Amino acid sequence: MALRIWASSTVKSTSVSPAFSLSRCFSSVLEGLKYAKSHEWVKHDGPVASIGITDHAQDHLGEVVFVELPEVGKSVTQGESFGAVESVKATSDVNSPISGEVVEVNTKLSETPGLINISPYQNGWMIKVKPSNAAELEELLNPTAYTKFCEEEDAAH
Amino acid sequence: MRLPLMNLFKLNRMPILRQLHLEEMLMRTSSENWCIINDGTINPTIVMGISGKPQELLETESVLRDEIPVIRRMSGGGTVIVDQDTIFVTFICNKDTIPGLKPDPQRIIQWTGHLYETVFNGIGNFSVCENDYLLGERKFGGNALSITSKRWLQHTSFLWDYKKSNMSYLKLPQKAPNYRQGRSHLDFICRMKDYISRSGFIDETIRAAGSHFQLTPLHQKDGFLNQQYEHLRSRLLTIDELEEAAVYTPAVATRV
Repeated sequence: MALRIWASSTVKSTSVSPAFSLSRCFSSVLEGLKYAKSHEWVKHDGPVASIGITDHAQDHLGEVVFVELPEVGKSVTQGESFGAVESVKATSDVNSPISGEVVEVNTKLSETPGLINISPYQNGWMIKVKPSNAAELEELLNPTAYTKFCEEEDAAH
Repeated sequence: MRLPLMNLFKLNRMPILRQLHLEEMLMRTSSENWCIINDGTINPTIVMGISGKPQELLETESVLRDEIPVIRRMSGGGTVIVDQDTIFVTFICNKDTIPGLKPDPQRIIQWTGHLYETVFNGIGNFSVCENDYLLGERKFGGNALSITSKRWLQHTSFLWDYKKSNMSYLKLPQKAPNYRQGRSHLDFICRMKDYISRSGFIDETIRAAGSHFQLTPLHQKDGFLNQQYEHLRSRLLTIDELEEAAVYTPAVATRV
């Protein structure tokens, strides 16, 4: 089972119990994944990499009500949008952390977009990609660096 | 401290689909900040959010009979019917333009709420409730957003006035804000003209924007309107799509 470490959030609670603060104020970051500064994760597993948005991202978005995904066979480029999620009257682009070819999309998200909120790192995966440039993974953040990035980003606002 | 720069683009009766395409182009290809104000659109048009399903949101038989265009826009949010009595205001900003503003949907809507609060300046008891703009207990502006890694867009269609007959094309949505409390559409919305003049609203909006940004007025003839952008997501639904929706009968369908 992947070890979870905690990233801080901007939520400041002044009159709640420590247990409540822990569950409400921290997003999870999984070991074994790599992360983009635009809050997507990638899990490289053999010839295929799975991609989704992080717990930090889904927490800030709120309830996801719609997911737009690319077609299988489409090319994705590192740092560029491959789809979008809708929440709270907003569509938010989802960017690919790596370049490659889409080999599978999570069709369950069309009926149950809330899987992204409930299980952002497992059942809420969005696309699977055949990477075209393995070196791109090295450019991404490890869990510790992503946690620190989230803390600094939240503190800046 | 110097205010961030923003281009101010005032339009008059630009067709709403063209306005949406212009916004997408500026959102995706420009690195500047924009305020677009379109004083009405030409013909009554229904505009749904990115996930809008006509069979759930529209009286599709009436829409087809009366040949009302239906657009699915690239931003989130609900369904509106717009015409020459709608005033459109859009802000397109880089993510770091407004100091201290975290570019997530609710914070952006709150920020725009503060701006419009100064526009109304105590008139009509303006408030933001569940991400809608209200005068008293009634909604007068529907807003929606699109957010990318570097920029955000927030656009609003304000009901300066409306025709009751146009509202009959819209169904009561399955997901409605709590404050709506099951009210019919006509009991849920209000006309801005009962509170403020048309020119007064536009002038005060520009004044309010000018307190946050250094505005540069641009004109319709300026060259950027001719730029092309290929990946437009806002589009007109086809007659085939609407006819297919008219045949489909959802489990719950309630007339507003």
